Amino acid sequence: MWLRQLKRYVRKKARIVGALGQPILFLFALGFGLSPIFQQAGGIDYIQFLAPGVIAMTVLFTAIFTGMEIIWDKQFGFMKETLVAPVSRFEIMMGKTLGGTTVSVIQGLLVFFITFTAGFRPESYALLPVAFLFLVLIAFLFSALGTVIAARLDDMQGFPLIINFVVQPLFFLSGALFPLDNLPSALTFVTKLNPLSYGVEGLRYSLTGASYFSPFLSASVLVGVTVVVVLVGMYQFSRIEV
Amino acid sequence: MIEVKNVTKKYGDFTAVDDVSFKVEKGEVFAFLGPNGAGKTTTIKMLTTLLRPNSGEVFLDGHNVTEDPDKTRKSFGIVFQDPSLDNELTAYENMQFHAILYGVPKKEYKERIEKLLELVELTDRRDSYVKNFSGGMKRRLEIARGLLHNPKVLFLDEPTIGLDPQTRNHLWNYIRNLNKEEGVTIFFTTHHMEEVDRIAEKIAIIDHGKIIEYGTPADIRAKAGTDNLEDAFIALTGKDIRKEEGDVGLSQMRVSNKMMN
Repeated sequence: MWLRQLKRYVRKKARIVGALGQPILFLFALGFGLSPIFQQAGGIDYIQFLAPGVIAMTVLFTAIFTGMEIIWDKQFGFMKETLVAPVSRFEIMMGKTLGGTTVSVIQGLLVFFITFTAGFRPESYALLPVAFLFLVLIAFLFSALGTVIAARLDDMQGFPLIINFVVQPLFFLSGALFPLDNLPSALTFVTKLNPLSYGVEGLRYSLTGASYFSPFLSASVLVGVTVVVVLVGMYQFSRIEV
Repeated sequence: MIEVKNVTKKYGDFTAVDDVSFKVEKGEVFAFLGPNGAGKTTTIKMLTTLLRPNSGEVFLDGHNVTEDPDKTRKSFGIVFQDPSLDNELTAYENMQFHAILYGVPKKEYKERIEKLLELVELTDRRDSYVKNFSGGMKRRLEIARGLLHNPKVLFLDEPTIGLDPQTRNHLWNYIRNLNKEEGVTIFFTTHHMEEVDRIAEKIAIIDHGKIIEYGTPADIRAKAGTDNLEDAFIALTGKDIRKEEGDVGLSQMRVSNKMMN
């Protein structure tokens, strides 16, 4: 399962490049466009601030999309082949999720190297393994979320809905683009409910040394939410009938 | 080999399969016939663990299908009505994926894949992507895949749909050999009655979710008092095209099927 996902990933070169387009755009357009304002406002280097956010964004999008590849499998009938095989539904789900995780981590690493060309430098190289850990956590959580959503949907028509009501809000309300302190209280509330906020902050902590949440809080929230999502996924998958 | 006891499946108010019972013996070639929307595919899905019946019991190779789905799944291979290959993988990779899912050891599957690809005459295309295959080639690959893990029963849900007579002929020859040489029990559905006449040993006809006839092809012809099976089929199930027949009714049934999930 996992191998198949990787093979498919490697074969879609166009998609790899395409998926890099958005983060690059955000990084350069927003990064260079807004950095003068940030400099004036508080002397923060916006590129330093934004880079972890953009990496998290890449992982989020890739993870959810790969998770949702299950919809294609359903539409093209391949899902049935996996469902009649003597493997448990849980294994099918985990295979999909791990495939998605691996693909998104690779994608995240690619963007990480791209941020260097924009002038980003991690604060401490010793913390890079921690950053990698957060990358994996984010990737796993959202791949699992993608598979759970896809288990409910039968065709691609629900796709724009998911983009607009799940993926975009997760991203924009996460502190990937702006600092979480001193926000209006309603926005603070929403961002604190958003699991991606903790992912972004965890990544930011390990890459830049500063963050809004403590890294332990971030890690525990990510793990906690992941467990919930996986449990929901197990239930959903046990009920799939074709 | 297969035993179905008082099985019922409902989609909301619509009863797709209504208190059906029948038996398939080991090594038999069994044809499961019926007009479109009669409940054939639903029955196959229940036999192959994809759907749970509302009531009744199904046994396959001694396993209770609803209670022990994993063991049951090792005992059968299936060729679905519509294609279920991964287009982005090559023929060999599709086979390999299947072997891994079914826990066939590497040594064994390497050898067996080559053998099966040869059997369905796809050896020279083993590394081509499935998306470039014709309908007949995909079918052949699916049959090869269904046989990869040495199943005891092979389900074929309208395997010859959309194939030319040459390929159909070819296909049934394979299947018959398989049955003769390896003793695989064959359970198939089709709308081509001449195929049934040629290879089936036992027939069950299902209509409106109920089994209306069961026996050998000769029994059924005799019962209907006709010379060939096509006429017998029409005599038994009626001439008129049913409301739930045709693409519209069928797809509606499948839509409601999806909504139930």
